[in-house]
Amino acid sequence: MVLVERAKIYEGTRIPSPIPTVLQVDPALREEGDILEVNFGPNHPSTHGVLRLVVELNGEQVVGLAAVVGYLHTGFEKNMEQKTWWKAITYPERIDYLSFQYNELVFVLAIEKLLAVTPPAKATWMRMLLCELNRIHSHLIWLGTAALEIGAISMLWYTFRERDAVLDLFELVTGVRMHTRYFQTGGLAEDIPPGFFTECRKFVDMFPRRIDDYEALLDRQQIWLERTRGIGLLSAEDAVALGQSGPVLRASGVDWDLRKAEPYLAYDQVDFNVPVYENGDVYDRYKVHIDEMRESTRIVQQCLDGMPEGPWIVDDRKIVLPPRDELHTSMESLIHHFKLVTEGYRVPEGEVYVGVESARGELGCYLVSDGGPRPWRVKFRAPSFVALEATATCMSNALVADLIAIVGSLDTVMGEVDR
Amino acid sequence: MSWDSVPGFIGERMEHGETTVVVETARLVDAALRLRDEEGFNFLADIAVTDYLGWNGRPVAGYWGSATGRDINLPGSWGLARTPDPKPKRFSISYHLLKVVSGATDAPRLRLQVWCEDGEPVPSVVPVWPTADWHEREAWDMLGIRIEGHPNLTRILMEEDWEGHPLRKDYPLGGEPVRFSSAE
Repeated sequence: MVLVERAKIYEGTRIPSPIPTVLQVDPALREEGDILEVNFGPNHPSTHGVLRLVVELNGEQVVGLAAVVGYLHTGFEKNMEQKTWWKAITYPERIDYLSFQYNELVFVLAIEKLLAVTPPAKATWMRMLLCELNRIHSHLIWLGTAALEIGAISMLWYTFRERDAVLDLFELVTGVRMHTRYFQTGGLAEDIPPGFFTECRKFVDMFPRRIDDYEALLDRQQIWLERTRGIGLLSAEDAVALGQSGPVLRASGVDWDLRKAEPYLAYDQVDFNVPVYENGDVYDRYKVHIDEMRESTRIVQQCLDGMPEGPWIVDDRKIVLPPRDELHTSMESLIHHFKLVTEGYRVPEGEVYVGVESARGELGCYLVSDGGPRPWRVKFRAPSFVALEATATCMSNALVADLIAIVGSLDTVMGEVDR
Repeated sequence: MSWDSVPGFIGERMEHGETTVVVETARLVDAALRLRDEEGFNFLADIAVTDYLGWNGRPVAGYWGSATGRDINLPGSWGLARTPDPKPKRFSISYHLLKVVSGATDAPRLRLQVWCEDGEPVPSVVPVWPTADWHEREAWDMLGIRIEGHPNLTRILMEEDWEGHPLRKDYPLGGEPVRFSSAE
């Protein structure tokens, strides 16, 4: 099999100037008068939501590009300011609807940081397990759709089969397939149901073989290789300057993962590797995603083995709803329940920023509390929003046919971009 | 470690294990360059703007009650145990910085903060961290911060002809005009 020689990663910065996110057409080229402006989106099946790219073409070459976002803006941050803290937990999951557990996690962790509450070990490990399952879920959707967009249609059916298995596990634990709202301030909303561990082990045993299947389908397929190798280049320096994180940054050769650099939950107690690739092209982003699914499966395995016994939520009646059965016998519990549901708990005054490594990169949550029962300000650092800033850099001198592969490889979710 | 050698240093505080360094708005770019080039904060994670209008008791939309506490007759209010500490100006702009070193086992973070009043210009940090481009556009769009020297300061999430800045505290809830109603 003859493989195309991969372009070496370029030297020097390719970030456009003066606007880092807009690729501007060279005035001399524009003078020649052969520039065609094409609107790509907002409603195009392969834009992962509603993204509009204004592309200027010289023949088949992309010479100008500007990303226009905001079509999915729903005002989550404004809405959350109107809700009590614990009612607002429902919102973040809908921001990035593919890695919902991370959004929930980062918000809950930020509240816990303000409250200075430490959840019990069982809750921490279960959060870690569900988050890694969620990473698998998110990467599976990415792999299926990214491959679909550049013609490998069969991938979608295989990845969605396993995605459904992950969603079944979520349903088993939380009762809901997506947007679970299972993480509660101080721990988990409910205990882990019996039977979950058996089902989850079945998945963990089965899944690595399925990843091998995906690789077998794609890794040696000439069309896939030619359409992904050597395009969408992003150097390590450019990636850091553009604030890239997650798989995009790791595919550019930067060994950076918040789970290692700033271990939250119990990531310092599990063994896993951070996949890093050097070339910064679409193919390497694909490899990072595939390897991360393997590592996530390993973490899930270790969580199943090391899951501690004990309570799933802290015993602090000022923050946590009392057990349901106590409401019939205890006046105190009834009062606590009533106060928490109607007015919520108060969170001490202050500001915090918490970052976690979501499926797409550094997901941050900045919270300001005035000491009242509602957040004063909630701001999410959305990795997809930042990833789209790199489109102009990745697309310089690319062909229009590569546009979909490159935008797809940045793994953006428009709900998170527009919030 | 002390940060008082940062250009334009006003103050620093340590809360919840996070360091915040407040600098003068006019010297923001000097401070940013110093932190990037000498302290190694090469990664700008986020720019978060907060509107503190009504923070210390003025009744505005989104806030129930007065300086003496929240009105307990309104639903969902508990009354503040104490009024929060006053803030120096209306808006705070927090630059969440991170030191990204390949293969590192620690992630030093720093919050660089400036304060400004409504309409007061804030210098752009796009030349320092290119990723600030969209974050600053969002700061303008959502909270109306006048970023000075930004190469392309247009609205990003709202439509181009949108009036007002939705995340401000005086922006009315349900602020979109209703075009049709049953009374017509």
